[in-house]
Amino acid sequence: MKIITGNDLRTGDVIWWTGQGWSRLVNDAVAVGDDADAIIAQENDKQVVTDTHVIDADTTSEGVRPAHIKERIRALGPTVRMDLSLKPADPAAAKWVI
Amino acid sequence: MYQYDKYDQSMVDARVAEFRDQVQRRLAGEITEDQFKPLRLKNGLYLQLHAYMLRVAVPYGTLSSRQMRLLGDIADKYDRGYGHFTTRQNIQYNWIKLEDAPDILADLASVEMHAIQTSGNCIRNTTSDQFAGAAADELVDPRPYAELLRQWSTFHPEFDYLPRKFKIAMIGSETDRAAMKLHDIGIQLVKNDAGEIGCKFYVGGGMGRTPMIAPVIGDFVPPLQMISYLEACLRVYNRYGRRDNKYKARIKILVHEIGADEYRRQVEEEFAHILTLGLEPPAAELERIKGFFEQPGFDANASEDLDLSDPDFALWVDQNTHAHKQAGYTIVNISLKPTGGIPGDASADQIRLMADLALEYSFDELRVTHAQNIVLPHVRKADLYTIWQKLDEAGLANANLDLISDIIACPGLDYCALANARSIPVAQKISERFADLGRQRELGELKLKISGCINACGHHHAGHIGILGVDRKGVENYQLSFGGSEGADTSLGTITGPGFNEDGVVDAVEKATDVYLAQRTEGERFLDTYRRIGMAPFKEAIYAKETVNG
Amino acid sequence: MVEQTLRYRNDEPVNDPAVTFAAFADQSNATAVRIEPGEDARVLLPHLDRLALVEVNFPTYGDGRGYSAARILREHGYAGELRAVGDVLLDQLSHMRRCGFDSFAPQQPIAAEAAEKAFATWPDVYQKTVDGRPAIWAKRHSA
Repeated sequence: MKIITGNDLRTGDVIWWTGQGWSRLVNDAVAVGDDADAIIAQENDKQVVTDTHVIDADTTSEGVRPAHIKERIRALGPTVRMDLSLKPADPAAAKWVI
Repeated sequence: MYQYDKYDQSMVDARVAEFRDQVQRRLAGEITEDQFKPLRLKNGLYLQLHAYMLRVAVPYGTLSSRQMRLLGDIADKYDRGYGHFTTRQNIQYNWIKLEDAPDILADLASVEMHAIQTSGNCIRNTTSDQFAGAAADELVDPRPYAELLRQWSTFHPEFDYLPRKFKIAMIGSETDRAAMKLHDIGIQLVKNDAGEIGCKFYVGGGMGRTPMIAPVIGDFVPPLQMISYLEACLRVYNRYGRRDNKYKARIKILVHEIGADEYRRQVEEEFAHILTLGLEPPAAELERIKGFFEQPGFDANASEDLDLSDPDFALWVDQNTHAHKQAGYTIVNISLKPTGGIPGDASADQIRLMADLALEYSFDELRVTHAQNIVLPHVRKADLYTIWQKLDEAGLANANLDLISDIIACPGLDYCALANARSIPVAQKISERFADLGRQRELGELKLKISGCINACGHHHAGHIGILGVDRKGVENYQLSFGGSEGADTSLGTITGPGFNEDGVVDAVEKATDVYLAQRTEGERFLDTYRRIGMAPFKEAIYAKETVNG
Repeated sequence: MVEQTLRYRNDEPVNDPAVTFAAFADQSNATAVRIEPGEDARVLLPHLDRLALVEVNFPTYGDGRGYSAARILREHGYAGELRAVGDVLLDQLSHMRRCGFDSFAPQQPIAAEAAEKAFATWPDVYQKTVDGRPAIWAKRHSA
C-alpha cells in the first residue's frame, strides 16, 4: 500500500498521514491509494508539514511496516540511540528496521 | 585566537536577523519550501531523517573554552544533550526545531560563532591543521591566513551559487594533517630558498563519487596575492564548472576534463586581470590578524619530566600526545572513540569538561580534528596526569589515537537523509572486536574510515581500510577497500571485491589484519605492507571459503 | 503579465529590445543584449561603449554564472544598465547589487520596499567588488 509521510515544519518531527491529520506513529498511517497527490497538495498548502512524500508500506501483524529501511529508521529513530527513539524501553526494537 | 571587532560582530548579527526574518516568512507561508531550502542550508540547517540538523562552523577547527562551553549548553537547551563533531571540523546537532534555529544562531553570535555557509553550493568553512601554532614541525602558522580566507569567503556575492559546494583546507607544515590534497583547494604555506613565505595551491581534489588527488596549480603565490588568486580560481570554476549533472559539478571534474595545464592557464589569465582591481586586503590587515595568533605565554622553565609509573597513563601519553614546539609542553588528543561508542559524539557534560580543561590547562584553546577528535594544543607536561585523570572520569581517556578503533564514521543511515547504509553500527562492532588495547597497539597505526554513501563524508577513499555502505536491493551492504591515505603520500583506496553484510565486513577487516601481522616486516604499518605485497594475499584471506573440519 | 522592473539608475530607461548574444555579433547598431548562462561576457568587452543595456538571464536562481558575468562587465568599465532577469528572488538581490546589477526584472514581482530592505541586509562587506562599497579591511586601515 501507499502511505504519506513528511516532517512537521516547525519541529522537524517525522509524521504520518492518518486520514484526518498527522501522527508521529507509523502505525497510525493509512493507505491513500490514488489520492496521494491531492492530499499532499492540500496539506502542503497549510504550511504545517514539509518534505511530504508517498512511500510503499505493508501491513504486518506488528502494524504498518514501510518497505524501505530508510523509512523504517525514520519511523523508529536512530538505531544507535534507542534511548532517543520512539521505543526507548525496547532495545531490541532496532532489529525491526532490518 | 582571533577576536571579532565591531565589523565581524555586526556581520554575524545581521545574519541572525536575516535568518530570523526568513524563518518567519517560511512559517507564515510567504515563501515555499523550495525557496526556503537554499536559505536554511546556507545557515547549516538541514532536514534529516528524524528532525532538522544544524551544522555549526568551527573556523579552521579552533575554539575557545567559552565557545566550547556554549556548544555544550546548546546541546542541553535546544537538542538532546549531545553533539556530533564532524570530519569537516564542525559540530552538528541532530534534533533541532526550525522555530528555535534563529535563537540558536543568536546564542552562537554571542560567542563569535555562526553556521554561515556550512551547507549549500558556496565556499564552506575552511579547515586546517589541528596542531596549528603548536606542532614542532610547523613552518608557518596557517591560522591567520585561514582567518583572512574566512572573512573573504563570508557572504562573497559572486560565489554564493557555484556549480557545487567548495571546500578549502589550509596548512603550514610539511606533514599534512588536514587531507589537503583531497579538497577543492588545498593551500600549503611553504618557504622558498630566500626564506619567503608563499602559498602552494593544490586545486581539484576531492572524495565523493569520483575521488581525485589535486594537482599543483600555483607553485608559489605571494601571501599578499592569495585572495586575488582564490578569486581567479573560483571565477574560472564558476564560469566553466558543469551545471548539467550534479555528480560532475565539483571543480575536480572541471580540472580533470580540461586538464591542469589549461585550468592553470585560465586562472593565470584571470589572475592578471584581478591583480589590477585592488581586491587584496593590505599587509596591515594580515599583520592585524597575526596579532591574535601570537604564541601564548609559555613557561620557559616548564619541566620535561613526566612520571609514567601509572601504566594506563603511560599508554595514553604514548598514544595520544604529540610533540609540541615548546619544551616542557605537549599536544593532547582527546579521543571521542570509546569502545562501542559513536565516533565523534560527545555529551553536553563532556563538551563542558573539555572546555574547562582548555581554560585551566591549554591557554583557553581547543581544536576539532577532521578525525572527529578534540585537541588541547598547549599543555604543560606537568599537568598531564591531572588532565588524564579528569578525562578518564568522564570516559574521555581512550588511548587509541590513530589505532584501528579510532574510526572516522559519518552519521550514516541512522541520521542522514542521503545515506544508503548505517555507518555507526559497523564502527561500533569493529571497535568492540578490537577492544583489547594491546591488540590494537600491536596493529599500530591503522586508519579505518566508514562512509554510509558515495558522498564519502566518512573519507573511506582515504582510509588504510575503507568501508563504504551501499544499498543492495533495500539491504545494507558494505564494500571494503585498502590502501587509501590522506597525508603527504595521499592515495585512494582500492575495492577488495564483492561486498559484505555488517558482520561479514567486520570479519573481513579482522582477516586483513591477520594477513598484515603475518606478512609485515620491521617497522611497516598496515598501509606499508599493503603497498608492498598488494591486494592478492588480502583478497585470498578475505574471500577464502571456510574449511570445515570433520 | 505586467513586467516589473526595479531600477536604480537616474538615466532614461533603454527601450531597445535586447538581442540575443548570437545576434549581437551581426548587428553593429544593437545597443542592448541579453546574456544566457554559459555565454562568455568577455566577448562583449570590445563593444562596451555602444551598449546601453545588458540583460543577464537567470533561468533558475541556483545558476550563479550571471554573478560573474555582471562583475566582469563592470570591472572592465561598463557603465550602462545591467539588468538581472528571470528567476530573481528577494534573497538574492543584495548579492546581485554587489556584483554590479542596477536593475531587476524578476519573474515574480518583488515589492520595492522589500528590495530596499534586502539591499540593506549587510551593514558592511568583507570584499571589495564593483559596487563602490569599501571593504571592511579598508575601513579598518583607513587613516
